Order: sequence, then C-alpha cells, then structure tokens
Amino acid sequence: MFPDMLPEILIDTAKAGAVLTGVLSFGGLLTWVERKQSALMQDRIGANRADILGFRLLGLFHIMTDGLKMFMKEEFIPRTEHRALFVLAPFIAWTFALLGFAVIPFSPTITVLGAGFSLQIANPEIGILYVFAMMGMTVYGVVLGGWSSNNNYALLGSMRATAQMISYEVALAAAAVGPLLVYNSLNMQQIVLWQGGYFQGWLPLWGIVVQPLAFLIFLTAGTAETKRIPFDLPEGESEIIGFQLEYSSMRFGAFMFTDFVEKILIACLATTLFLGGWQVPWLSDSGLAFGGASVLPLAAWLVWALRAAAFAVKVCIVIYVLMLVRWTLPRFRYDQLMHLGWKFLLPLAFANIIVTAIVLAVLNL
Amino acid sequence: MAITVKKIEFRRKLTFLERIWLPEILRGLWITNRHFVVNLSLHILNAVGIKTRRKGAVTIQYPEQHRGYHWRLRTAHYLTRREGGGPRCVGCMMCETICPAKCIYIVAKEHPDPETEKQAASFTIDMGKCVYCGLCVEACPEDAIRMDSGHLEISCYSRQEMMYPIDRLLATEHDPAPYKDYKRFLQE
Ligand code: SF4
Ligand code: SF4
Repeated sequence: MFPDMLPEILIDTAKAGAVLTGVLSFGGLLTWVERKQSALMQDRIGANRADILGFRLLGLFHIMTDGLKMFMKEEFIPRTEHRALFVLAPFIAWTFALLGFAVIPFSPTITVLGAGFSLQIANPEIGILYVFAMMGMTVYGVVLGGWSSNNNYALLGSMRATAQMISYEVALAAAAVGPLLVYNSLNMQQIVLWQGGYFQGWLPLWGIVVQPLAFLIFLTAGTAETKRIPFDLPEGESEIIGFQLEYSSMRFGAFMFTDFVEKILIACLATTLFLGGWQVPWLSDSGLAFGGASVLPLAAWLVWALRAAAFAVKVCIVIYVLMLVRWTLPRFRYDQLMHLGWKFLLPLAFANIIVTAIVLAVLNL
Repeated sequence: MAITVKKIEFRRKLTFLERIWLPEILRGLWITNRHFVVNLSLHILNAVGIKTRRKGAVTIQYPEQHRGYHWRLRTAHYLTRREGGGPRCVGCMMCETICPAKCIYIVAKEHPDPETEKQAASFTIDMGKCVYCGLCVEACPEDAIRMDSGHLEISCYSRQEMMYPIDRLLATEHDPAPYKDYKRFLQE
C-alpha cells in the first residue's frame, strides 16, 4: 500500500514546497513593490539606502535588512497567563493563510509520463469552500493575539478586527456564490475550465464578464477581509491601537507578513473566480485559435507554460490594483466600515445571487 | 432687530455619481496610476541616459546632495579675526548676557595691547543648548561672532563634543559653497 503512494506523496510534497517558497518570496518581494510603488506615485524615490558592497539594486536589499531587523529586535512577551497562545497566535494566522494556497490551481493539468501533473497541491471537489474555511480561521490568530496580550487596548483592537473580518467574510462568500452558481461547481479546476468558453465566439467568458458586480464586491470585501487600506483599522499602524500592540520582533513580523500572504491569497482567488484563472484568451489546448479557427498551433508544454505564466501575470495585476487602491483612498471610519459591509455590500451580494439564480433558471442552464 | 439664525451649509451636496463612490474612486485611481506610469517612464528614460525636462522624483538625496541654503540661514557660530590675526572678540560678555539659552561661557582676561581693553581667555558655546536665535550676533559690538559658517551638520556622539571651544570657533570661516545654490532653487 504505502510504497505505491510514495511517488505521489513525494510529488505533492515537492509541489507544496514549491508553492510555499513561491508565495513566501513573492510576499517578501511585495514589501519592496509596495514601497517603490507608493514612492513613484508620490513623486519620491523610496527606500534605497541598504547596500551590499556599494550596490543598492533599487533598494531590493531592504527586504533582507527588514527581515534581519525583525529578528534582531528585542523580543517582548507581556506577563500573561496565556503565554503559549501569545507566542502561537501570529503563526496560527500565518499557517492558515498559507494553507489556503493548497487548492489554488496555478496551472492546468498536463500529461507527463502518463500521469497528470498540475501546479496545484490538491484538487478536492469542495476546493473553494476549503479556501474560505482557511481564510475564516485566520481570524483566530487575530483574536488570540489580542486576547492573550493581557492588554485591554489590544483586546479592543482585536475585537474591532474580528468584527470587521467576520462581517466581510460574509459579504466575500456571498459575492462568490453568484459565479459559483454560474460555474455549477466548487472544484477549482472546473471553475477555471468553465471560463475557457467564449461568448459569441470571441469574448472570453470570464467571471468578470459574467458577474461584474460580484467581482467588485469580492475585491472590496477581500480588501477588508485582509485588513488592507482603506479598511486597515485593525492595524492602524500608529494612530489606532490594534491587536498587535504587545507584539514585537519577528512575531510582529509574522503578523505583518500574514497580511501580504493573505493579499496574495485574495488575488489568487479573484484570479481563479473572476479572471479566468490560467486561461489565456484565444489559446486552446492545441494552440492559438480565434473564432473556432486554429491560427497558430503550439506544443502542449508551451501552452501549459503560457497558461501558468498567465496565472502569475493576472495575480500580479490584481495585486497592483489592490496596492493602487491602498495608496489612493483614505481610511474608512469604523461605522462607515460596518455600514458599507452590512447595509451595502451584503444586500448587493444577495441581490446578485437572486438575480443570477433567476436568470439561470429562466435560461434553463 | 429680531434675532435670526443664519444657517451655514458647509457641505456641498454630493451629486448622485459622487454618492455612489465608484466613479470618484476610479478617478482617484486614475490619478495615482498616472503618477506611477509617468514617473516610472521618466526614471527609465533617465536610467538609459535620456535627459528629460522633469525628473521622476522631487527627492533631494540628502547626505550626497544638498539643497542651497538661504543667505539668512543661521548656521554654526564662528569667531572672526582682526587684520592682525587676533580674535576680534573683546570679551565684553554682551553675547553671554543676551543668550536666552545661557549656552555661551566666556572667561575674559587682560589684553596685552593697551589699546584693546580685554580679550577672551576661553570662549565656549554649547551647541547642544543653543537655540540658534542669532541674538549673540546682534548683540556683539565688535562683529566678532557670526553665524554664517554654512556648517549645519552639528550632531555628534557625545555632549562633550557639542562644546565648541575657542580654537574651533576661531578656526571656522565663512563657507560660501552651501549658499551658492540658493538662487537656483528659487528659480526652480
Ligand atoms: S544663537 Fe542664541 S542661543 Fe545660540 S549662542 Fe547665540 S544667543 Fe545663545
Ligand atoms: S563675541 Fe562679541 S559680544 Fe561676545 S564677548 Fe566677544 S565681543 Fe563681546
């Protein structure tokens, strides 16, 4: 029994390692991107002082120095009965955010040596539900972090954060129901495969075309769920005291990093659900094709590589837009935040579900 | 006259398009994105050696690059000398008296030349306490102390180093270089 499964286990472990490394390094890179992007937007130059032997490399070394700084800072643990939880909390948030990546379809399946291979660690039938479950669990990191700090302000901060995350979780999931009704599947690969169709033979039937409203709600709720500006009240780096109040050194770093990981996760989800996943417009299994006619035949591995690259490019675009939002909009007030979530986004998402369901029923799809 | 209440409406009524946020948000995104794209293009053009009228950033890279100082800017003090080379200071204590921060410490002594009454045996300014008000310069009857050395980077690692002794004050001179760029910056 076990020896038969060995290659499979090895491949899956390797894939998990690759995805983990990829996501973590991308997250690290994002800290740089965020700095430089904001600098360019504000007519500045941005962090460029860290150098190795005089080479500054556009400030890329700041990623390393930041990490180093985090590790070398004093580690402070407040007097609390929940020491273990305090120590664990950031890593709970981190772990669950990373676990979400297990079902993200980074590439289509390709047949290698008679076996199907795709850059997706697992492909369960309930893929999307699994991601939502994992994203829901990241709230625990925040709650436990604030609660075990033995500090009233941290506790209040974590209550605020929790209320926000749970509220927007609802809107997020509700926004995803519309497209899921259309795709008629919870399996991530199936969702992407569905989006390979064309409307009138030329317009790619991506989620954003079928469900534009759901896309907007999803992005907004996703931003709030991951505590990004303009919904970053839980953190409020220096003005509002947040749940990370008592955290220092790398534990604080882990919280910060979780944000970036969650942002990548939201971008991956938005890509999968609304931007056609790894689909490249007018690229079919055999090569470029437009309006049913094959224009340029391509090798299978090339198509596969193009599609995997397309996923990465789409994720980058979504992240760019999210960061653009971050450096454009001012922060919401807490009541505005709740107002937006419960009185605006959620009804809108429900309306979207109902209209979608009626249209689907009428069209008999 | 009857008392009337005047209502002042500070807030402009938002139009429908403004109230649904989305168009305004898109407009904001467009602006930030424009800045990003334009500045990035300028940076790239400059990096490959093409000169552009505008730079991609307004940043002045401080330690390497200085902004021109205004000619009235009060920088670190120095003591001037007479034609003969001796210090102009006659140890009258005017500056020490007027100094609001009480950071000038002078010990006067008899001057060998009977024409000149006194001179400073020691003249120390605690730059860490000084508030750069310039009153000492105003008060000096001999134009012996000035604050246009053009030396602004005064910070150091110990309080002791902040005490500028007479030798150091006499050794410093007016340096016109940092002031030179001022006109250029006015025009830019
Ligand atoms: S500038 Fe003002 S504070 Fe400084 S030494 Fe002169 S009088 Fe004193
Ligand atoms: S610097 Fe001027 S004011 Fe001060 S003691 Fe000397 S002569 Fe008098």
